[in-house]
Amino acid sequence: MSYQVPKFRHPDLPVNELGYTRADYEGAISTLCAGCGHDSISGSIVRACHELSLEPHKIAKLSGIGCSSKAPTYFLGKSHGFNSVHGRMPSVVTGAAMANRELMYLGVSGDGDTASIGMGQFTHAIRRNLNMVYIVMNNGCYGLTKGQDSATADEGSASKKGDPNPFGAIDLPGLALQLGATFVARSFSGDKDQLVPLIKAAMTHRGFALIDVVSPCVTFNNNAASTKSYEFVREHAAATGTVDFVPMREEITTSYEPGHSQEVTLHDGSVLHLHKLSDDLDPFDRSSAMLALERYRSAGQILTGLIYMNKDSHDLHEVLETSRRPLNTLVEEDLCPGNKVLQNINASLR
Amino acid sequence: MKSLEAVNEFVIKFANVNGTGSASANNLFAKALFRMGLPVSPKNIFPSNIQGLPTWYEVRVSEKGYLGRRGGIDIMLSVNPQSMPQDIREVEPGGYFIYDNTKPLDLRLIRNDVNIIGLPLTRICNEQYKDPRQRQLFKNVIYVGALAALLDMDFGVITELVGDQFKGKEKLVLPNIHALELGHQYVKANLECPIGIRVRKSDKVGDKILLDGNTALGLGAVYGGATVAAWYPITPSTSVVDAFERYAKRLRIDPGTGSRNYAIVQAEDELAAMGMVIGASWNGARAFTATSGPGLSLMSEFLGLAYFAEIPTVLFDVQRAGPSTGMPTRTQQSDVLSAAYASHGDTKQVLLFPSTPKECFDMGAASFDLAERLQTPIILMTDLDLGMNDNMSEPLDWDDDRKYDRGKVLSAEDLDQMERYGRYLDVDGDAICYRTYPGTHPEKGAFFTRGTSRDEYAVYTERGEEYEKNMHRLMAKWETIKQHVPKPEVVRCGSDTDTAVLFYGTSEESSREAMDYLAEEGIYLNAMRVRAFPFNDEVEAFLAEHERVFVIEQNRDAQLRTLLMAEFELGPDKLKSVLCFDGTPISARNIRKQILMQMPGHNVTPLHRERVVGNGE
Repeated sequence: MSYQVPKFRHPDLPVNELGYTRADYEGAISTLCAGCGHDSISGSIVRACHELSLEPHKIAKLSGIGCSSKAPTYFLGKSHGFNSVHGRMPSVVTGAAMANRELMYLGVSGDGDTASIGMGQFTHAIRRNLNMVYIVMNNGCYGLTKGQDSATADEGSASKKGDPNPFGAIDLPGLALQLGATFVARSFSGDKDQLVPLIKAAMTHRGFALIDVVSPCVTFNNNAASTKSYEFVREHAAATGTVDFVPMREEITTSYEPGHSQEVTLHDGSVLHLHKLSDDLDPFDRSSAMLALERYRSAGQILTGLIYMNKDSHDLHEVLETSRRPLNTLVEEDLCPGNKVLQNINASLR
Repeated sequence: MKSLEAVNEFVIKFANVNGTGSASANNLFAKALFRMGLPVSPKNIFPSNIQGLPTWYEVRVSEKGYLGRRGGIDIMLSVNPQSMPQDIREVEPGGYFIYDNTKPLDLRLIRNDVNIIGLPLTRICNEQYKDPRQRQLFKNVIYVGALAALLDMDFGVITELVGDQFKGKEKLVLPNIHALELGHQYVKANLECPIGIRVRKSDKVGDKILLDGNTALGLGAVYGGATVAAWYPITPSTSVVDAFERYAKRLRIDPGTGSRNYAIVQAEDELAAMGMVIGASWNGARAFTATSGPGLSLMSEFLGLAYFAEIPTVLFDVQRAGPSTGMPTRTQQSDVLSAAYASHGDTKQVLLFPSTPKECFDMGAASFDLAERLQTPIILMTDLDLGMNDNMSEPLDWDDDRKYDRGKVLSAEDLDQMERYGRYLDVDGDAICYRTYPGTHPEKGAFFTRGTSRDEYAVYTERGEEYEKNMHRLMAKWETIKQHVPKPEVVRCGSDTDTAVLFYGTSEESSREAMDYLAEEGIYLNAMRVRAFPFNDEVEAFLAEHERVFVIEQNRDAQLRTLLMAEFELGPDKLKSVLCFDGTPISARNIRKQILMQMPGHNVTPLHRERVVGNGE
């Protein structure tokens, strides 16, 4: 059962430009396990959408099947949602995005949903540079079926069941980079300060934006031998830097120390500030990003933060040259060529 | 030997090698007869191969207007040594076997009951052309010229047609006409002509057109307002989306901006294609996909979601012989059961059965209205025979006053008037509920789409009573659907009879011809052509009216018969099967034979109970 969140709110809750409080971006009360990383990610999504002043009904949230894919019920209650078929969320988003280019498409998936059953659709959505945000709530296991290893579980990592995983892990950011993804980031459900600006940047990016969020499963995969536990991730995460996202409408007030920060203007005029912690990654250079991922992986560390971004990305609508007007708003006059044309076609068939 | 004699009533078959350019020459032959006012029905029988394997082209010419396969070959034109033994065997006694006699015919193949006519095609080509490709291509055109003389065709019609076909490529016109003349003159100078079978100008075509069903479907999708097409290439459905794209490129460009009022996505597989259609339809666009049997299997999971979540979905299934590595280029009607009950859980899907290109166009366009009105998948069941062959058809027609039926969709204003919106709440008794598109209203109308596990307000629940209530509503909706789908066509023989035939799709033409044969033998049958599933009440009444009904179909398992038995709880004794599943379209002679064998008093005991299997005639 899911429950409605009580309607009562403190009268002094801060409102955004649209006059909405953060509560306006919340959903039903979560039925996930207490302490589940996914709930923290939901919280970050709520915060990002509120701070970006997005109209909730202009967001469509779609998912596949699994614990992660239940999560969209627990945020953005004023948005249409679609809990589709296991591993097939990307195709549903593709169709939805073709029908109406004006909504923001937020896809939520898990590691089983993305790296196993949905691997084909995930890779092809990247290849087409579909304009969407794709968040993987990655806990390295199948929660709803009681904790089997997933394809992102690291080799040697053991869940509560105890047996070390004999297979290598599929690294989703690495894969996405190889496939030409135009925005690739990784974060940790427990690090909202990093995750919220990344979600905001991803939502502003035009094209496919992947955020792989390591999100511990408190019930089946948060034990000492697991590499996706809270403790392990906290100890082994290495951030590429911190990201500040300044929406187009806001003035830049913070001053940044030169040399270590980089300013990027996005297609809608928003500005992204990157404060780099090290000089060994240039997130605007794909080869550099690939090398850094591999370097950290071999050192047993989890690279987090913005890994790669292509500022001049062209999304699927641009490639297909579709009308600026959403296709779902076209009417008979736009769509039907009429009987006279049909009679000419008949004549050519005699 | 008595040679076959006929005017404007015969079957000719061309035996060629795949990839040698024979298709366009054969097409020229059929179209020329059509232009002479003769009903023609050309059928490609082709291999799953790009180049090298045998391929055939069978043309039925019938001034009486029979467009189905008759069975038997009167004239065989064989230019493929590989298939020659089989080709000459197929010729009717007294018929004509025309071959390339540059190399002498194998003596073992010669039949004394067949007229054997040699044309030195290779020799003529070698004398005329140096380029090997030209030698190959013009060989086909030369035999068309030769046939024109042998059959006494109007040579002017053919040359005019060549001019039309190469419009824009004028320098190809003269060489083609020259090749036609080479064949024509050779026959005039060296052979006795015309032969016993000949053609004469007629007026039996009227304003009809020659069109393949897949092109008609693609055009139907353009006229029906489809804006999103998602698909994965698969024979024999590929040309549906090809046609949609071809016409959309011409007819769907925004005049102001030059941008496209459509989007076509070639998906990574059929699962994704169906997912895209569902996503687009959920979001308020008219979307479709086209596939064949293996694709239908892959789409089944999603079809269940669309059924339960009640998302309009349009799928064109161009059926072929299964399974995936089977005979992808041969025709069948063998997806009926897997489409009707596609998916897991209790599902029933709406099927449409067109039988002509005109009906492909009409039903193709209507699919979008039906899908949005009924909020469920519409699966249009055509097949390779209708989809990929030119079929003579009534001309296409569109009423310019027609408005699309977008079904029950709430606007922001509608939502403002409502106290509480329930996505799965039946408010007006037809068991169809109101939809909202994402992004409609800032505060109202948003809901979470799921297969099941929700109540009438789309709120998550796992209560069994809610599930059951929803399933009962879906059955009530099934009753509503019966009122909306196309009604069957009934043809009564005029005599008092307790026996009838029932058919659908491409079995129509051969069935009608078989009924004429049977009527000549004193057997009169009523006929019904079923055009949709769920079966309308008229179908039930028709079955009740008759003691014995022959269900004619092109699959092994009598799939529509099974569906009739399941839906109407009929016993197997009443419904008899007439079947063909060798991959070729069912023929009139085959149907006649199977019906005769199962008529009361016939002394042949069928092999497997009442089910008799065709022998490929």
